[in-house]
Amino acid sequence: MNNHPFHDPGLKARHRSARLFKWYATASIALTLAFLCFFLFDMGRTAFPALWQTYVKVDVSYSEKTLRLTSKAIDRKYRKIVSRAWLRNIRRQVEVKPELMGHTLSQWVLADDQVDQYMKGHHYNLKVKQIAVVEALKVEGAIEMRWNNIFFARGDSKLPENAGLLSALIGSLLTLGVTMLVAFPLGVMTAVYLEEFARDNTLTRFIEVNINNLAAIPSILFGLLGLAVFINLFGLPRSSPLVGGLTLALMTLPIIIVSARAALRSVPDSIRQAGYGLGLTRVQIVQDHVLPLAMPGILTGSVIGVAQAMGETAPLIIIGMIAFIPDSPTSIVEAATVLPAQIFTWAGLPERAYVEKTAAGIVVILLILFLLNTIAVYLRKKYEIKC
Amino acid sequence: MKKSKKFNSERLMVLVLAMASAISILTTVGILFSILFQAIEFFQLKSFWYFITGTEWSPGQMDSRFGALPIFAGTFMITIIALTIAIPAGIGSAIYMSEYASPRWRNILKPLLEVLAGIPTVVYGFFAALTIAPAIVSFAELLGLDAAYNSALACGLVMGVMIIPVISSLSDDVLRAVPDSQRNASLALGMTHSETIRHIVVPSAMPGIISASLLGLSKAIGETMIVVMAAGLRPNLSWNPLEDMTTVTVRIVDALVGDHAFDSPDTLSAFSLGLVLFVITLILNMISLAQIRKFKTRYKISSL
Repeated sequence: MNNHPFHDPGLKARHRSARLFKWYATASIALTLAFLCFFLFDMGRTAFPALWQTYVKVDVSYSEKTLRLTSKAIDRKYRKIVSRAWLRNIRRQVEVKPELMGHTLSQWVLADDQVDQYMKGHHYNLKVKQIAVVEALKVEGAIEMRWNNIFFARGDSKLPENAGLLSALIGSLLTLGVTMLVAFPLGVMTAVYLEEFARDNTLTRFIEVNINNLAAIPSILFGLLGLAVFINLFGLPRSSPLVGGLTLALMTLPIIIVSARAALRSVPDSIRQAGYGLGLTRVQIVQDHVLPLAMPGILTGSVIGVAQAMGETAPLIIIGMIAFIPDSPTSIVEAATVLPAQIFTWAGLPERAYVEKTAAGIVVILLILFLLNTIAVYLRKKYEIKC
Repeated sequence: MKKSKKFNSERLMVLVLAMASAISILTTVGILFSILFQAIEFFQLKSFWYFITGTEWSPGQMDSRFGALPIFAGTFMITIIALTIAIPAGIGSAIYMSEYASPRWRNILKPLLEVLAGIPTVVYGFFAALTIAPAIVSFAELLGLDAAYNSALACGLVMGVMIIPVISSLSDDVLRAVPDSQRNASLALGMTHSETIRHIVVPSAMPGIISASLLGLSKAIGETMIVVMAAGLRPNLSWNPLEDMTTVTVRIVDALVGDHAFDSPDTLSAFSLGLVLFVITLILNMISLAQIRKFKTRYKISSL
């Protein structure tokens, strides 16, 4: 065997190193995916309790006195048990339903965040006396966990039990609306120019390098641009979706341009030749034939661009979109916050109850991003140009 | 008559399109000048030389000093930790996906990596601060070491994971673009699969892999949210990754979120740090683009 002309004494070692190398490649992707799984699991586990909120059943009396001092509406021992946000709301309740006046009703009310944390078995900050009250309520069946509607129906609050995502969601919607209104037409126009009209000269190449470069500039520098140009130079309102949207538009532009160019390039040249053959001008061909064919590809790229802009936080912090916004913004020049900025704000707050809210906000944003990416994949699959 | 009118409107159309594409240049110029002007203003107030070489960063005081060396050192430290993770894991993943995985596995793995790439950085930051940092503290205690809750190691680790898909996706594209004839030739000469990859495919794809790694490096330097949420604020010149450190981006955010007057040196220092960030990432991006162009011309590839 050993004097075989092709015998290689090192063959065993070579095969061993081949196995080792394959093992390294497999391990690196396995570790990456393991991290992803661990991360998703950890977020889901942290976020899960935020879906429920504790309510307690107590007697609430509506009278002149309690309207003046809302904390008097409930029994003294429940004062730390019931949410202050709910008590503040008593006046509004009476305004809506004046017949409540002079009555004492037993009803389910929102519990304080510390009680909520106690019920969920997290770290809490209650006195022994208050724990006794909660335990007594438990025995009576006067305390229960309910679906956390507040989280999706209200804006930010300094009281964790009353804090929700709605104002941030609307802020994100307005900001991304501005972003797309600016970035989509500009991006498509740039792509059409570079792909269909521009001659291959130094200027064109300079623009191309520029676009590639913009895509890799740290996002925080776009925030500096927004601050210096949009706010200080143009005097646009600080913290507004208008400024945020414009800043994000400049960041999204390269993504849309690159994908739109790829889509335009994939339109077969025979379409253009046929147009010339019929005596159409270049603009007519692009406008009526090439662009409609490329549109699904362009839309896919734009959806991916929106998904990226949606998660961007750093430039928005610089232009002040981390303000405390309890009420949803109604126009693009009001102060607003966006989803990731809301997550950032909550993550920095000391109360333990915000941890689960932050994680729940993260799950919401991940679900939205997942949905956007699914739409992009669907568009790509459905309208793939077959030629 | 009619014809010339049509041509005029066409010309107008093309002009409008050309102007739209000039926006990208305007943006770059806008970023450069908005940073440059404020940075010049800063250097009129404070010494440029001390900014580059000084070791004390103490804004907000009467006699404030702006020596950015500890800030650069912190950025460097966290970046190095991130790349030690991201480069081997990113290239390994790319090799697995392009060379070993069956098409079916590839179709599963690629979207999963895209999920990782699509996670917003603020989410990574929260994860680093909430889960990774305490884990590192207790692990260090186990070894009898003392770790800070906002250690450079925690940021670096999470940032490394964030960069893996950046490196792997570009490297994967490049590796797949290497012509199959090279692989077949090598296998025909009796090389094993892994020898083919190590000695033929990877060297051919090297410019692309370098480009991907530089892109990862520039992402790591410019990354903001992870370090803002999980790294420290204290400029700290140290070699110990278990200590808290600060980075360029953290100081930029910190300087601009506070209530300082816009023309105070405290606020303006953000722009001088931004200028450094801009110049460094610009150089890295330029080298990265040049490398990928080298690869494209060598194998005459128009996509990528």
